[in-house]
Amino acid sequence: MADSTTMRVSYTLDSSLDSVNKVEQIAEDFAARAGFDEDTVPHIAMAVREAAVNAVLHGNSYDTNKHVTASFETTTDSLIIRIADQGPGLDPDTLPDPLAPENILRGSGRGIFLIKAFMDEVNFRQLHPGTELTLIKHRTPAQPGT
Amino acid sequence: MSMKVKTRQVDGVTILDLSGRITLGEGSVTIRDAVRDVLAKGSNKILLNLGDISYIDSSGIGELVSAFTTVKNSGGELKLLNLTKKVHDLLQITKLYTVFDVKDDEATAISSFTK
Repeated sequence: MADSTTMRVSYTLDSSLDSVNKVEQIAEDFAARAGFDEDTVPHIAMAVREAAVNAVLHGNSYDTNKHVTASFETTTDSLIIRIADQGPGLDPDTLPDPLAPENILRGSGRGIFLIKAFMDEVNFRQLHPGTELTLIKHRTPAQPGT
Repeated sequence: MSMKVKTRQVDGVTILDLSGRITLGEGSVTIRDAVRDVLAKGSNKILLNLGDISYIDSSGIGELVSAFTTVKNSGGELKLLNLTKKVHDLLQITKLYTVFDVKDDEATAISSFTK
């Protein structure tokens, strides 16, 4: 039976692909324990992976002196994940629309779009330095904890 | 799990049977190299069999798009075969499903290439 108890864990990770894979796996485990269904858990894990890729690749540029922090929190009505980097900062309003005809054949630029597609809320916060993404997925009425 | 590629030829079409994950740092580079090798050998009719792809992220999607445009720009055709539900859904969400020529039967896919 899924555990709906409110809890929070945080990690500080290197700017590496291993960290991306680790954060993805943690997200998958955390979402499953929070009671999300088998279709939603992979979506949450993918959104977190994309956020971690942004932090490691576009934020910290694989800089070994910079870290990524990831926190996972369940509340009675939501799963809240925060991914932060120490990069130059990201303005989400400047990101091109990957669905626009002129962008549809681009080889990149779909990460933030997928995060927004799979999560209920996505918030950006500018750090000094860096960017923090907050990803929120609400529990549905059928899930425990509501 | 990393991605693996097996290459075979059927009626002038090069089929790349892909398995595993297509993600940043794993399958993305493998696909790029595999398609480049096929083109270098003079074949430009390529069928990517994604039936055993368990996972794909935005980098993997981007690599599929790049492969598609690279082959198209060389005068060839690249088509997709046997999408899993996950990959199908991702291509729908990103509006790429209608960009690619997607097939679910190998024989039909082979015969659909320009002779």
